Amino acid sequence: MERTEAEMIAAVLKGDSASFEPLIQKYSPRVFATARRYARRESEVEDIAQEVWLKAFEKLKSFRGEAPFEHWLMRMTVRTCYDFLRGHQRNRESSFSDLSDPESDWLERFVTAPETAGESAAAARLLVGRVLERLSPQARLVITLLEIEDRSVREISALTGWSVPLVKVRAFRARAEMRKILAKMSKDKYL
Amino acid sequence: MNLAEMQKKLIAAARDNAPGDGVPYAFEKRVMALLAARVAPQNLDLWVCGLWRAAVSCVAVALLCGAWAVFTPAITTNSTDLSQDFENTLLASVDQGDQTP
Repeated sequence: MERTEAEMIAAVLKGDSASFEPLIQKYSPRVFATARRYARRESEVEDIAQEVWLKAFEKLKSFRGEAPFEHWLMRMTVRTCYDFLRGHQRNRESSFSDLSDPESDWLERFVTAPETAGESAAAARLLVGRVLERLSPQARLVITLLEIEDRSVREISALTGWSVPLVKVRAFRARAEMRKILAKMSKDKYL
Repeated sequence: MNLAEMQKKLIAAARDNAPGDGVPYAFEKRVMALLAARVAPQNLDLWVCGLWRAAVSCVAVALLCGAWAVFTPAITTNSTDLSQDFENTLLASVDQGDQTP
């Protein structure tokens, strides 16, 4: 008979570390998908996921079982990703003069005829990656959770540990920061 | 250039392009191996910590005994000389034999 999640967690807490493995197998896809939103290189993604699981094992005693394990784990994942962003801010100040040809074409199309510049184009995806990389860690986290993953302010508050008003303030600032970066990108390209 | 519109388009592009959820082969085995490697030193640490505490306690007891031995005044009366008493007791029968005619 298959054991429930609660039984597996209880077994781990009693010292049966092997019971942790099925939890890793079950939830790693979600952890990896989240980590890939914040880290580009696959080695970095793996490092984040590994750190999440090591932290989860260490802090499993603090899991009280009131909410699903997945929620608790995703909170830990988002916070680990945020720590990763804070530790890797090296590329934020570079200029936009090194855009690839498809990216430049997309921008030109957007300037001349915005309706022809589709959001599904590969160039748009590359461009948004560049823009997100230049955002501050707080702004990137908020834009990703609020705009890209379409989560509510309350959900973001639960995931990040920030208060609801703080999330709103940071979302406002993040949108402004993003517009500023887009303005810089246009300026670098056309001036 | 309409920046708000561009922002909207780029965010829509990011939304359409959700990252994959693929997990590297045997990732869970790797994590389990790391966890096992972490747990073993923890047990060793407990032993090392316990042994150090025991060593410190032993040194403290040895120092106290040493201090007691050094600072306690020596008793010099003959009646309490343990070796002499022991010898007298042991040889008492021989002494008695010598004295009887």
